[in-house]
This record gives sequence, C-alpha cells and structure tokens, in this order.
Amino acid sequence: MHQIDWAALRRDFPILNQDVHGRPLVYLDSAASAQRPLQVLDAITHYYEHDHANVHRGIHELSNRATAAYEAARTRTAQFLNAASADEIVFTRGTTESINLVASAWGGRHVKRGDVILLTELEHHANLLPWQMLAQRTGATLRYVPVLGDSGLLDLAQLDSLLTPEVKVFAFTHISNTMATINPVAELCRRAREVGATTLVDAAQSAGHHPLDVREIGCDFLVFSSHKILGPTGLGVLYGRAEKLDETPPWQTGGEMIVSVDWHQASFKPAPHRFEAGTPHIAGAVGLHAALDYLDNVGRQAIFEHDQALARHAYERLRELGGVRLLGPTDGNRAGLVSFLLDDAHAHDVVTMADVKFGLALRGGHHCNQPLHRKLGVRSSARASFYFYNTREEVDLLIDAVAEIQKFFCRGL
Amino acid sequence: MDFNSPDFEELYQSIILDHSRKPRNFGELPEASVTASGDNPSCGDAITLQLRFDPADAQKLAEVKFHGDGCSICMASASMMTTKIKGRTRNEAEALRGSFQSMLTLNHGSADEAAPPPPKELGDLRLLQGVRKFPQRIKCATLAWHALHQALSEDAAKRVTFDIEGKGQPAR
Repeated sequence: MHQIDWAALRRDFPILNQDVHGRPLVYLDSAASAQRPLQVLDAITHYYEHDHANVHRGIHELSNRATAAYEAARTRTAQFLNAASADEIVFTRGTTESINLVASAWGGRHVKRGDVILLTELEHHANLLPWQMLAQRTGATLRYVPVLGDSGLLDLAQLDSLLTPEVKVFAFTHISNTMATINPVAELCRRAREVGATTLVDAAQSAGHHPLDVREIGCDFLVFSSHKILGPTGLGVLYGRAEKLDETPPWQTGGEMIVSVDWHQASFKPAPHRFEAGTPHIAGAVGLHAALDYLDNVGRQAIFEHDQALARHAYERLRELGGVRLLGPTDGNRAGLVSFLLDDAHAHDVVTMADVKFGLALRGGHHCNQPLHRKLGVRSSARASFYFYNTREEVDLLIDAVAEIQKFFCRGL
Repeated sequence: MDFNSPDFEELYQSIILDHSRKPRNFGELPEASVTASGDNPSCGDAITLQLRFDPADAQKLAEVKFHGDGCSICMASASMMTTKIKGRTRNEAEALRGSFQSMLTLNHGSADEAAPPPPKELGDLRLLQGVRKFPQRIKCATLAWHALHQALSEDAAKRVTFDIEGKGQPAR
C-alpha cells in the first residue's frame, strides 16, 4: 500500500488551522460532524458560480448541467456503496430523514399489528424513534437485542430467540456512536434473511470511516449523512435494494416526483425520483460527490486503520490514568471514538474545561442514546471521536487535558 | 499548565464546587406538598424538587429538598437555591427566581454585554453570574429554577408539552 501523507491531507481542512480560547483547535468531534476539505468547498462554489439551475425541469443549458451534476452524484454514490444501480440511491435531508422515510412509507405499508420490529439497544434515537412511532401507530411490537454492559457488544447469543418469523424488520447500527462497537452487519443481515425480515443498516458512523459494500453486507436498506463524511449538511442518502424501493409507496409528495396529476388522483415516478419531492439539495449532492472522491483517494480501509489506531491509543492511555470509566469494546476491536466518564467530574464540566482551557472540541451528553445510558446507569458521558485529520499528538493532548481536569475537579478533596 | 482564564475560574469557584460535591437539602422529602421535575433533554440532567408548605401558613415553604443528577453547575445552583428559598413565602421564592433568571439572561447577546449588578438578595447565588459567559451552560444553572417555577405554578398541570411517553414536561 502506498504511504499516506496524513499531515498533507490535514492541510486540506482550513477550519482546523485556527485558535480557540487562545489555543490551537483540537477537533475531536467528527462523529457528530466531520469537517470539509477544500476540494468539497471548491466543488460547491464552482457549481453555484457556473452551473446552477433547477434539475429535471428546464430544457436550457444550465438546467441540463445541474441535472447532470445531480445525477452524477447519484451514480457516484451507488458506486461508493457498490449498489447494483443508481436507481437504488435516494437523496434525503440526512440519516434521520432516510430512516423516517423507510419507517413511515415502507413500514406504513408492510408492518401490521402483531408484527415485530427488532432493533438493538445501541441505536441512536434516529434509528429508534421512527420505529417506536411506527409500532405505536400499527400495534406492532418492539424488541431489542441487548447490549452486554459497558463492553458495548450485542448479546448475539439471544438472537435466536429474538429474531423469530414474526420479525418484519430488523434495523441496527453498523458502528455505535457511543460505544464504538462494530457490528457484524453481514452476519446480522444473513440471519434476518433466514426469517424473511427486511433489514436496515444505520451507516451514519461507518460510511466515512469503514469500507462499505451493500451487496456484500446483503442489506435491504442502508442510510447515512453527508455531513459526517466530509460533505455538506442537509443531505443524506437512502440506499434501498430495487425490489424494496419498488414496494415502498411515495412519502412526501409534490413537484418533480409525479408522472401525471389530476384534481383527484395522481401517478408517480419510479424510484428514486418518487421519493424526492420538491427541489433537491443539488449543491449538497455536488459536494457529496467531491467528498466521496476525496475519501476513495485516501482509501477507506486506510482511514479505518488510522482512526482505530488513535482510538486504541486514547483508550489505553485513559485506562492508565485511573479514575476513568471507559465505554465500549475492551479488546481494541473498536471504531475511531472513545466515550468515557471521570469519577470526579461530570461530562459537561469535562467538556467545558477541555474547550476553554485546552481548545479541545469534545462531545458531552447522552449522544442521542438515552435508553442505553440509562441501562448503563449513567446520565452522560464525554466522547472523543477521531478522523484521518487527527494526530497522535492530539490524542496525547487529550490525555494531558483529562489529567488536568481530574486534578482541577479534585482540588480541595 | 496555564490556567489563566478568568471566565473559567469564575465559573468554577470553590463555593460552587463545594455545593456540587456536597449538595445541601439533598434527598427525598416525605409528605411533600408538591413535586416537580426539570429535565434537560440535551444532556440528560434531571432534577426533582420537592416542597412542603407550612401547615399553619400555606404560603410558606417549610421544607425544601431536591434529588437527581447533573453537572456541577446544575447541582450547585439547585443546592444554593434550596438554602435560599427554604422558609420563604411562595411570592418571595418566585421573586428570587425572577432575579436569578434575569442575572443570567438579561441583555444576553445584546451589543451591551455588560451584566447588570445582580440583586443583593440573591446572596451566594450571585457567584453563578459567571455562567453568563458560557451560553451553553445557562440551562444547567436554571434547571432547578424551572422545576421551582413549575412547583409554584397553580396551573402547572395545564402547561405541559407532549412527549413520547405522554408524560408532562414543564413548558419552557
């Protein structure tokens, strides 16, 4: 494998080169939102400076260019996921909207009273609440694959008793945004197929950090957000296997998604356009296209290994500090983030001090994982998440900061 | 290590840390006249406040206790609040709440960022004025006070917002 110049890549991210509170910014919150390289910013600017018009409507030159750029992004996304066809890619506002679309439109049609919706206790609220609402609306039952305590691992020994023929849909995360667990998604999809359950993989934390091949995984739906993988905010992706999108009725309705409209009835386009009512986020798709190119130029396996190495280093050094409760897999088989609690300081206080005193951007709270935090008996945790633009020196600075934070909040004790 | 950051030092003064580590009036109150909860949905902090009115004078807060879990700012504010309102009347407690809220939010974000001098009657609670400089933490400092407002509002039951469990939350 060619040698990657990580420092040179970092220079593509102008936002990282600044001081906050008088110290160099150390951005360790990429699991919440990643930063954008110049290549993405330039693509968006170029689009607005030269090619913008509405898509699929005009027959003039600019509309043709905008349409071509938008559809090229769809094709590129299909290639990024190794989908069978660009028609399997729907652009949405984000992971959250993608899941809501599947739960409301597909679920509304196919999930009935008495059916079971199977989730895991690792799920972000975005992959929990749309299903909870669907269950309340239809009378279906929710089940959860349990998490084995602080390890963050799913208790797969229970899968046999949970994944029964009544399970209509099994939705689960690829990588946990709190525990850093990497789930065996292909295996989970294979098991789901055996009982005829439809699968949805939440790839919000994995799409920009891990190789992803929907045909290898064997999922029916897979969702992610552009802003976590170097692209613009306000854009998400829903991959749906052709057969699954075909059996999904329209969700939001309006312009662009129709074949013919009359006063009292209408007919709709096939997927994916059936699911894209109104003017889409064209510039967002252009930016995402550039982001996918950027990621594949670096190489997703290399990014995964880089992030994992930083997370392992952070985990080990935090463990050595003592007085730290660490969440997630203990064996190093984790994604590029570490959530932790200090014995003597609340996560909010940790994050404030890390910010003001050390220029560190961390996340503190329940990370949209309230039921899981409740199960673990904690209200909130602090999280450091890493990307390929982060360095080992930044991890060491995090450790120094945590040691000082411990000292500060222990003073006088 | 350089710790020269006046705003930060002001936020975490010793008295504030002391209240957060050893919260006063912490625990459950048997025979409470009213119980109200404050939740901070963005971080999971939760405070339950319990009041017992004086049997001889229904206006008077004879006993005040709180329990729950939150960051040091949240816990310190709740602890200091209980010491301040215990033995006061409903109206006095409401007035203190108003003063405290104003201390943290009046003129906030305006061109004139200068905070007005906090009213003397707030006592040690004035130490929390430093929270003004940390906008994300203002809701930590006001959580217990929202619960107080809810507990003192006669029409508290009407002012609820819907949540997924159908459980009422104080309107904010």
